[in-house]
Order: sequence, then structure tokens, then C-alpha cells
Amino acid sequence: MVNLTIDGIKVSVPEGSTILQAAKEVGIKIPTLCYHPDQSVKANCRVCVCEVEGNRLLQAACSTPVTEGMVVKTRTPKVIEARRTILELILSNHPQDCLNCPRNGNCELQTLAEEYFIRDIPFEHKVRGLAKDTSTPAIVRDPDKCILCRRCIEACSVTQSVYALGLEDRGHEAMVVPTMGKSLMDSPCAMCGQCIHACPVGAITENEQLDELLAAIADPDKIVVTQIAPAVRLAIAEEVGMKPGEMPMDVFVAGLRQVGFDYVLHTNFTADLTIIEEGNELLKRLNEGGVLPMFTSCSPGWINFCETYYPDLLDHLSTCKSPQQMFGALVKTYWAEKMGIDPAKIYSVSIMPCTAKKYEATRPEMQDSGYRDVDLVLTTREIGRLFRMSGIDFTKLEGAPFDSWMGKYTGAGVIFGATGGVMEAALRTVYEVVTKEELKDVNFTAVRGMEGIKEAEVDLKGTVVKVAVAHGLSNARKLMDQVREGKSPYHFIEIMACPGGCIGGGGQPITKSNAQRQVRIDAIYAEDESCEIRKSHENSEVKILYDEFLHEPLGHKSHELLHTHYHPKNKKYL
Amino acid sequence: MKGYKEIIASYADVPGGIIEAYHAVQKELSYLPEEAIFEAAKVFNIPVSEAYGVATFYSMFSVKPRGKNVIRICESAPCHVAGAAEVVAALERELGICMGESTPDGLFALEFTECVGQCQATPVITINGKPYLNVSPAKVPKILAEYK
Repeated sequence: MVNLTIDGIKVSVPEGSTILQAAKEVGIKIPTLCYHPDQSVKANCRVCVCEVEGNRLLQAACSTPVTEGMVVKTRTPKVIEARRTILELILSNHPQDCLNCPRNGNCELQTLAEEYFIRDIPFEHKVRGLAKDTSTPAIVRDPDKCILCRRCIEACSVTQSVYALGLEDRGHEAMVVPTMGKSLMDSPCAMCGQCIHACPVGAITENEQLDELLAAIADPDKIVVTQIAPAVRLAIAEEVGMKPGEMPMDVFVAGLRQVGFDYVLHTNFTADLTIIEEGNELLKRLNEGGVLPMFTSCSPGWINFCETYYPDLLDHLSTCKSPQQMFGALVKTYWAEKMGIDPAKIYSVSIMPCTAKKYEATRPEMQDSGYRDVDLVLTTREIGRLFRMSGIDFTKLEGAPFDSWMGKYTGAGVIFGATGGVMEAALRTVYEVVTKEELKDVNFTAVRGMEGIKEAEVDLKGTVVKVAVAHGLSNARKLMDQVREGKSPYHFIEIMACPGGCIGGGGQPITKSNAQRQVRIDAIYAEDESCEIRKSHENSEVKILYDEFLHEPLGHKSHELLHTHYHPKNKKYL
Repeated sequence: MKGYKEIIASYADVPGGIIEAYHAVQKELSYLPEEAIFEAAKVFNIPVSEAYGVATFYSMFSVKPRGKNVIRICESAPCHVAGAAEVVAALERELGICMGESTPDGLFALEFTECVGQCQATPVITINGKPYLNVSPAKVPKILAEYK
């Protein structure tokens, strides 16, 4: 342990700790911008400077290791003046139109400008006037707002190993740019949106499409039908000032009706359906010597990544569409027929924790219903904005049930939102289908949690199935390289592009740390526990769907509506 | 003329060889074409975004096509005081292009540089790295003639 004094308070911290960490121990908050708790130290913004006795210059708290007997002062006039000047310099190159920024009210720079009461900036205000990058349907970059902290580069390169963002030029000319200085669409970007969470300001956001929803709601000829992804409910609470998981599902449904959705259905329904199709696909591959290991295909960021970096492994991907797209294909066929509604009038909106889903819905192959299967994808954050605008007090709103035929779900559908959830849901069903025995303990805890790669073995009455789960694309890369080398011991691999799974998706409330992801994961398993039915094949509405419409898993209708194919992206970034 | 693939491959085993490889490619092509950056990323086993970062970090490298003979004019204070602006004007007039541009025949490119360490004889220009000292507007045509 190392002993030091910070602002007159004595503290002992483990060797190798930084001043920033030591200060946190004694309840002293030092301001930061480029610092991120789950990333490496960058020390480029300098806003965390402090006085250290014996040093002529101010020291960056995030990068200065503590030493025995060190005396640190974090709030002397010299320190405060330096921090204010640093903020003024950053702001002199930053657009000052906070009022119409998507991160207004949730911006680290704005918060610091408020805390340090920045008023008149003595420096000339100079913004580069760079164009926004709107090349993808998922993510928008506004490079003028970039403060060069490089957190997005680390999220993209280290956490995700996507390498779509890098630096161009140096010094005052340096800029964060997509690979080769091109547009995001031309880069290897997987559209996972982890850069959005990493960004302290509004330089990267989702492609906001709330206006399109409002137009559809206002159109009397459109019947607006929505599906909610499993990870959304747990996090939407954070957008309206509640704790993760605190908004009851029926209240969420009632809120959506209040803002103008005609029918509220659930993606969990098609998550259960995915398990039936994907589980049967796995069994078919196991029995008929198909391509193994099979990879899950629910996460569109992961699909983009695989198509870009592992085009040679596309045969391993399950042909199952993601639950969002299965839902889209069914809502304008099966559901429309059941409800007696003209599918041409249906405007299908999905509410997703994901930015890549916005892209997925625009894929040309996603029109199997004869229409565009999913018309609009909104993120959890966008629905949060809509709720705040509508002025609903969720503590007073009375709950409402989901609408029929595609609103019922099981605990297995719920856990799709967390890393390991698709695997666990699949195992619950596959076990019972193969062994014809009831699964006594439905909890496969080995595949849960924030560890990067998890593995498990399941004995299906003599056949041992080896499975692996990875979340975060750099973890996925490790498993993929193993498959490419022919050394993968697994039969079935679940990949979710985002750390923690969908609960940490690029469309979720701005997520500052992995600890925040863990809270949402806990909420998801609590919801699973509270479900009466926790196995996908026991979903009564899914049974009706097969009886009346699909007839059998992997059947003709399923292939037509629920399965897809993949394309190498040929982007030269292998 | 050697192809960029061959050039880059010859530096594959040099530690940090990407910078030397880029210099060698530029010697042949005067700039770093996109394909060369992709190739370097592959050969040195680094992400393309990083190979591009290296190519744009150093002002000696250009990722845009430019004239074969790269003329650099010092824009630091000593040259400025000694009349670099007049030399710039003479070069622009003689070549019919502005700073940062290349001649249509692909023969010359005009760029600024920081101090090249020849402050005893300002203003200074370099052509393909070769310094010319005490340059005046009158000397410009003769210097350029060496490269035509």
C-alpha cells in the first residue's frame, strides 16, 4: 500500500493506483473527459490536472501514479484556473449550439462547463465546419463536435476490434476519421454503436428518426404496430428517471399506447420463435453432418462484422433471421391475416437497444412479406425522448396488456437481451426436444455474466454438445480465429456484438461503464425468474403460430419468411 | 519502376519497417496510393486504420497524388523574415499553381515545411530533400530548370 495526502486527507491505496483512483477513495471527484473507467489511460484532455508538491508543473491525475508521502491538492486556485482555461480552449473549438444537440443534458463537456461556470470565453471561437457523416442508416458522426479524446477509437479498436475509426494527421490538424478518411459506410464499421457510449459529447449519435414515427402516427391511413426488444424495458426506466428494470412491462406498454402506437407486440415472441427454428437448425446440423460450429445470428452488428472480416465463415451462421426481422416478416403476413388488417396499411416499428438494427431493417433481403418487413427502427434513447416529450408520469400510469397473437413470451425470450441468453434459451429447448425429458433446472449459469468468453458442455443423453458464448467483437474474433484455423472444439457459438449483450447495445441509454451493464443484466435474470413459463417451446402463441401458419420448424413457410442468407462485404479490410 | 507490392514486401522483416516502406513507395510514386496503404497494413499486420494514421501523421507522406518533384518552402520565422513570401510568389508564378497543388504535367508539387535546419542561409527551399540556400525570386527559374 502507498500512503499519500489528498487535500489534507490521508489515504492508503494499492501500489500502481493513480491520483484519480486515490481521490475517488476519499470521495474527491476530479473532473475528467478523456478518461473512461473501462479503457486505457489517455491523458490527452488534461482537465484532471492537480498540484503535486515538489512538482513545478500540474500533473494529470488520470495518468500519475501515487508515490509514498505524495501531497496532492485538487482544488487550489492554480488548479481551478488551469482547468477553466483547458475547458475554454476546448470550447473555443466546439460548436456552441447545445440546445439542439442530441446529447443536450447528457454531455460530459456541457456538465463540466456548468460546474466550472464557464461564461465568457476569451479565445476566438473557431469550428472547422466539417460535414456530418450520414452515410449509414444507423450512426451519424458530427466531427465538428469531436474533442479528440479518442475514447471512440479505443471502443472501436480494442473493445470491438472493428478498426473503423482512427486518427488522421496530427497536432491541431488531427481528426478522428473512419478508416482511410472515408465515410463510415465505406469503413469496416459494424454499426454496433459502442462509439456512441464512449463519446463524452455529441460527436457520434444514432440516426435519429423520431420524426418519421410522428408522421406515421399522424397519418390516419397507417396502422402503427410496434415490437419491443427484450433489453429495452429494463433500460427505458433510466431514460425517464427510474432505476434499471423499475418500469413494469405493462406500464411501458400503456406508455406506448399513450404516445400513439395502435398495437403493442413483443419481440420476445419472435425470440421464442427463433429458439424453435435455431434449435432445430442446430439439431439438423448435428444429425446430418452440417457445418459446425453453428453461430447465432441475432445480433446485426455481429453479422456486419462477420460479413466484413470472416466472409469465409458465413456458412457457419445460422440462417435464422434476427427476432426483429422474423417479427417484421410475420406482422405483415400471419398477424395481418389473423387481425383482418391490410398489410399495406401496417407501419411496423421496432424499439431496439441497437443501432445496427436500423441498418438491418434496410437490407434488401428483408422484404419477404412483400413489403419492407420493418419500416422503422427506434432506439431505447429515442423512445426515451418521446416519453419525456409526452410528459407521462410513469409512476401514475395504469398498466395495459400486450395485444394478441404476437405479444406472449417466456423467460427464454427475455434473456435474449443479455450475453449468454440466446445460448441458455436454446439449451432449455434443445435439451427437452432431444431427451424428451423435462429439464429440472433451467438455469445454465455457466453462460451468464460479463466474462468475455464463456463455455459449457451439455449432455443430451449421450451426445455431449460443447458451446461457447462471446460478447464484444474482440472476444468474438478470438473464437472466429479458432474456427478459421480448424481448431474450434465447439458445436454452437453465441455471439453478441456489444459488451454485456443487447443490454449494452449501441441504442441503450448512454452507458458509462461495464458496471452499469451488469445492473441491467441482473434485472434481466430477475425478470426471467419471475416468468411462469421459461422455455420457448412452451409459448402457447408460438404453438398456435406453428399449428395454423408455419406448420413445422424449418418448413417451407419458415424458409420463406424466417430464414435469410449473408453476403461477404468485400471491403478489403480482412 | 518497381510496384508498391514488391517495395513494401522488401521491408516486411524490418522492425517498424512501415515508415521506410512508405518512403520507398513515395520515391517511386511521389505519394502513397490507397492500395499501398492496404498492402502495408497486410504486410505489417496492423489494422488499415492504423496504417492510414501513420501515412497521414508525418507531413513527409502524402496520401493524395502529387507532382514527381516535391518542392518544400520553409515557413518558419527566419525564412519568413528573409523574404520566403516572395519566393513563394515566384514559384507559384513560374509553375502556374498555388501552394499545396501540383502542376498538370505531374512534374512539380508545392508544399510548405517547418524549419529544415539551414537558417544560416535563408530563405531555404528543398526539392526532393535537396536543400537550396539563399533562394531569391530571380534564382527560381534556374533551379526549376534542373528538374524539367
